[in-house]
Amino acid sequence: MSELSDLYQEVILEHNKNPRNFREIEDADQYADGKNPLCGDALRVYLKMDGEVVGDVAFKGSGCAISKASASMMTQAVKGKTKAEAEAIFGEFHAMVTGELDAETQENDLGKLKIFAGVLEFPARVKCASLSWHTLNAALKGEDVVSTE
Amino acid sequence: MEAVKQMTNWDVEKIRKDFPVLSQTVNGQPLVYLDNGASSQVPQSVIDRTSKYLAEEHSNIHRGVHYLSQHATTAYEAAREKVKRFINAPDVKECIFVRGTTEGVNLVAFSYGRKFIGEGDEILVSQMEHHSNIIPWQMIAEEKGATIRVIPMNERGELIIDEYENMLNERTKMVAVTHVSNSLGTVNPVKEMIATAHKFGVPVCVDAAQSVPHFPVDVQDLDCDFFIFSGHKMFGPTGSGVMYGKRKWLDQMPPYQTGGGMIRTVSFEKTTFAPIPDKFEAGTPAIAAGIGLGAAIDYINAIDFEAAAAYEHELLEYATERLGDIPEVKIIGTAAEKASVLSFTIEGIHPHDIGTILDQQGIAIRAGHHCAQPVMEFYDVPATARASFAFYNTKEEVDKLADAVQKVIEVFA
Ligand SMILES: Cc1ncc(COP(=O)(O)O)c(C=O)c1O
Repeated sequence: MSELSDLYQEVILEHNKNPRNFREIEDADQYADGKNPLCGDALRVYLKMDGEVVGDVAFKGSGCAISKASASMMTQAVKGKTKAEAEAIFGEFHAMVTGELDAETQENDLGKLKIFAGVLEFPARVKCASLSWHTLNAALKGEDVVSTE
Repeated sequence: MEAVKQMTNWDVEKIRKDFPVLSQTVNGQPLVYLDNGASSQVPQSVIDRTSKYLAEEHSNIHRGVHYLSQHATTAYEAAREKVKRFINAPDVKECIFVRGTTEGVNLVAFSYGRKFIGEGDEILVSQMEHHSNIIPWQMIAEEKGATIRVIPMNERGELIIDEYENMLNERTKMVAVTHVSNSLGTVNPVKEMIATAHKFGVPVCVDAAQSVPHFPVDVQDLDCDFFIFSGHKMFGPTGSGVMYGKRKWLDQMPPYQTGGGMIRTVSFEKTTFAPIPDKFEAGTPAIAAGIGLGAAIDYINAIDFEAAAAYEHELLEYATERLGDIPEVKIIGTAAEKASVLSFTIEGIHPHDIGTILDQQGIAIRAGHHCAQPVMEFYDVPATARASFAFYNTKEEVDKLADAVQKVIEVFA
């Protein structure tokens, strides 16, 4: 069960139970819907921009623990960042969960998000971890639907 | 072990030795394979027969005058004969080899549909169908301006037969129904449903993907018009499958795919087609897979299949009891007649998380919508976790499943 505890760490279980920024933003500038048709995960990411800065970001929806915790931590990671910074973190996160970036040895700004490096051992779950990020990216770009398929 | 011996007279340890896959460890634990509904495992005899074909007999069929081709043709046609006896088809020519259930349903929907379905006609499908017994009918309905009507089910996951009977009328051109539901395990009363449909002159297409691995079947007793199943769910190889159809329909139906091997004469003005089964078997088929399917049937014939079914049923009941005893677990699909499948959810825990955590303990189950989204919608769940049993599973494995489910609940507590 050692690998398992790598994936379902306390932090992830806690975010799954008490997701941060799990709400709608009524006056959002932008929102995007992310869907994983394979498992039925579906979430909506809301964005409120303050000029170039992510003033507020939140999400609603249903999914597994990995996708929910990832969405929760995503909102914490990008709130207050500029659009460019948020996109950069998305890029690093994506590289990490697809094995292109080794978050332990290569320089990055992922901080707490490094915990999701564990999904690499679970290929079936990579999409769960990255769904909210792809959805955020779509919202930042002004697109309204993404699907992991 | 004592406990197992008390069950139906079935030597499961001996049977397990026939299936090499089962003796491995996964994530450091002995494999507990409970995803038989997706694909069952393959006995050594099927592996050996398929290898022998590839090593000693491989060649194209039905066309060579040479030794190997004749050998391959004989082996392939012998497999068809085994299929005929396995389902008790009246005529071997009514047994069409296909790639699997999906291809079989597409064949029937498009070929029968092009000939017999027209504008304003109705096709009945049930609420619990696998997508592969919905979408082909939707496609042909759209093409022809026909309508799909859904045979409803109750909370337990049983079709509501009274409503079904009221839905049949002179516009009904097909009833497409699953023998056993892959997401709920319900065994549908297809024999009665067929008799009712026939009163209206309506043919019935039975999706038998989940029934043939679990109990003996007889297409003449059922009197079904079409009966379709996949080899890989009944201890055979992927790429094998059968579409049985009554000759009275098959003779009238146009080819589904066209090309080599299915013609009588071809000129640029006109092609005439070969009689069944060739008419529906264009191109070079999956020969090794078909021969492997024949070997899987030999295997089923060699064991006591009735005893296997009884044993498996006790296993399902035991699993239902063990999981049912866990307060957080909700069993989805509680029909009076069930086979093999135990679908469940755990309040507050997504089935994918259940699947991953069980996998870490060597237990293979399926988590998802099981290609039955209308069923998920009916129960208002995004997905379920599904354990599906075969006659080589054991009571100890059920215990491991129940313990592991308990562990999942603890991890998320
Ligand atoms: C009831 C049922 N019908 C059809 C299918 C499709 O079978 P195949 O994927 O072998 O074509 C399945 C397999 O998942 C099934 O369980």
